[in-house]
Amino acid sequence: MGEIEELRKEADSLKDQITAARKAVQDTTLQEAVASITVVGRVQMKTRKTLRGHLAKIYAMHWGADAKLCVSASQDGKLIVWDSITTNKVNAIPLKSSWVMTCAYAPSGNLVACGGLDNMCSIYNLKGKDGNVKVMRELAAHTGYLSCCRFLSDSEIITSSGDCTCVLWDIETGTQKTIFAGHQGDCMSLAVSPDFNFFISGACDFTAKLWDIREGQCRQTFGGHESDINAIGFFPNGNAVITGSDDATCKLYDLRADQELITYQDSGIMCGVTSLAPSFSGRLLLAGYDDFNVNIWDALKAERVGVLAGHDNRVSCIGVSADGMACCTGSWDSFLKIWN
Amino acid sequence: MAEGSRDQGGVVGTTDPEEDSPNMIVYRKIEDIVTRIQDEKAGGVAIRTVKSFLSKIPSVVSGADIVQWLMKNLSIEDPAEAIHLGSLVAAHGYIFPISDHVLTLKDDGTLYRFQSPYFWPSNCWEPENTDYAIYLCKRTMQNKARLELADYEAENLARLQRAFARKWEFIFMQAEAQVKIDRKKDKAERKILDSQERAFWDVHRPVPGCVNTTEMDIRKCRRERNPHRVKKSVYGVPDDGQSQPSPIHISSQPTRKPTKEDVQKEITFLNIQLDRHCMKVSKVADSLMTYTEQFMEYDPFVSATEPSNPWISDDSTFWDLEASREPSQQRVKKWGFSLEEALKDPAGRDQFLKFLESEFSSENLRFWLAVQDLKRRPLQEVASRAQEIWQEFLAEGAPSSINLDSHSYERTSQNLKDPGRYSYEDAQEHIFKLMKSDSYARFLRSNIYQDLLLARKKQPADTEQGRRTSLEKFTRSVGKSLTGKRLTGLMQSS
Repeated sequence: MGEIEELRKEADSLKDQITAARKAVQDTTLQEAVASITVVGRVQMKTRKTLRGHLAKIYAMHWGADAKLCVSASQDGKLIVWDSITTNKVNAIPLKSSWVMTCAYAPSGNLVACGGLDNMCSIYNLKGKDGNVKVMRELAAHTGYLSCCRFLSDSEIITSSGDCTCVLWDIETGTQKTIFAGHQGDCMSLAVSPDFNFFISGACDFTAKLWDIREGQCRQTFGGHESDINAIGFFPNGNAVITGSDDATCKLYDLRADQELITYQDSGIMCGVTSLAPSFSGRLLLAGYDDFNVNIWDALKAERVGVLAGHDNRVSCIGVSADGMACCTGSWDSFLKIWN
Repeated sequence: MAEGSRDQGGVVGTTDPEEDSPNMIVYRKIEDIVTRIQDEKAGGVAIRTVKSFLSKIPSVVSGADIVQWLMKNLSIEDPAEAIHLGSLVAAHGYIFPISDHVLTLKDDGTLYRFQSPYFWPSNCWEPENTDYAIYLCKRTMQNKARLELADYEAENLARLQRAFARKWEFIFMQAEAQVKIDRKKDKAERKILDSQERAFWDVHRPVPGCVNTTEMDIRKCRRERNPHRVKKSVYGVPDDGQSQPSPIHISSQPTRKPTKEDVQKEITFLNIQLDRHCMKVSKVADSLMTYTEQFMEYDPFVSATEPSNPWISDDSTFWDLEASREPSQQRVKKWGFSLEEALKDPAGRDQFLKFLESEFSSENLRFWLAVQDLKRRPLQEVASRAQEIWQEFLAEGAPSSINLDSHSYERTSQNLKDPGRYSYEDAQEHIFKLMKSDSYARFLRSNIYQDLLLARKKQPADTEQGRRTSLEKFTRSVGKSLTGKRLTGLMQSS
């Protein structure tokens, strides 16, 4: 018993030293540093398209790399690939399990993936020879629900799960290549860095972790939230991370300074953040909330500069297209909306 | 008690399920507001009895008053925002319109009442259909116009009668008992209680088309409230155990006590963290500002796009241009931000390659591209492709030999004993740094790049040729002006 006490003391002392190191580089705050720049003007976006077709809550959506196609997953048991410009359904894929929670589009455009309460990540080939969309692989090993998945390429995918781990899979062999363990709560969301060398995960232990994909290790951990982290994303320069939580705030953490830079909160916002996406330059942060709205923040000044109010139920997912032209929101009201 | 540990700057998740539920967090915030707003002595709204026709309406407040209070006390400038917030409070059943089933807030004279804390959602209500049946049945027994069932309620009642056909007698009796209890209460009190009861059911059995705010994200259901705290019956009907189990039955992870190994692992991790070099916040803030500044003109949400944004104008010229290999000046400018940006754009890659070819140093970029491609290959092709790359770029006498430092060379040849997608990571990083510090800078100064950036049209008489001609002239004139033979001799031998 005494040995564990000793070790714990050592760990606590190290934590204090890390906190001190972080404080030591705090020669200013982001708020002070941006004091001289003006807030971005009021952002007013309109709904340009409404994608209708799902019959139940939409839980997830993801843009394709071409910025025109996107995939959405709904509890009506369907995965739909949309041509967002014409609003046509390119594919409507029936799922074995209707309790789907996440979906992803491969950068190549050849594959889509989804998963949920079945604890599996199912990969579908959109470009099969006979034109039919079939399950290509079922990646099963998680012991908890699949909360999020993201392709690195047509051969590799990363998943996060309610079993508190994230996994890198080789799609062809269907095997786990690396297991990223360390979170003490359900992993809710993940995002891959622009250079594909790292990924970040947000979990119900209120922390976000940065993982080295190749080395399989956790490089950094960020705390500060007072409740589950539901959404996470990289700032476009790849050096900062944004998280959204049930505590109704979003936070910006810098990887090189190893600490939180700013919090996006407002006394008038009481509901949790479900999803988030930075704009192309990173200057704007769009975040979806449980109160049916999307709030647009000036990411540097941490002030609200716009609201997207158009859904009749929670906004469950949001994504900005690769060229930054459009923002897509998905909601429990079963509709997807394209805004800009 | 809750098990938690302090993690740098934050609290790691505790295992107290009642406080953790996301809905609960919102309820606490709403209850704070609702308590303050009802506190007349502390600046709350005036809750009055309003005279209406032949009767009095007790304990009400107008929607406009609520909106005013919210704007003043929560520092909300936009009335639309106050209405949105107020509607959220109503949607969860904390305030309700006295003459409507739809729980939203209107900024006018519509009258609202506050819900009794007994019915607050934070009490973990999960009322059963038997209770709902008793409620609807009770309403039909009372001969009052204001208690008449709405269409959807009548439909619900009919459905419940079919579903509970066998125990309808029991339900009927319970309803009668409730009516008796109600009759004993004071008239004004009954008006208030009836309306609060109705608002409770509006939350748990909402009007078709209204959002059911008691719904929870299924991912969070596992950590839902302690079953002992859940209240299932409003009318004291004992739970007969026939409640439908939630569609998910996920066994909760038993929280292990951390072992010695766990703590040792943590210490190792913390040591690595401590060794990291932290950059100053001022530097990092600068970098963020510079980045956003550079890219803001390319951000369609912030700056106007040229040509028009296809989503708005239905004109896809913008996309056609992006896809073309003939880039606009604005696009070419982006290549100058960083080597990463230049390589992201296929046209940028092409031009950089063209430039390197003109310098006879294209093998670096070709190597880099080959390694990027290797990382995306299907597993069965990886080994052979890795060998091909070695033969082409690194082997002795390779046709496109690249310049690697001995350390990276050693590591790479080691990696190739068991070739994988990431065998060339070190080498690739080294070559990238080389290109970045050397060729990239020259590329940006080159005619190839500058012509595109400044949209210079190419002259038929090449400027390169022009310069060469004048150099020749200069050399000849130098040769003539100096003592002839010695210099000519030198020039001939060189």
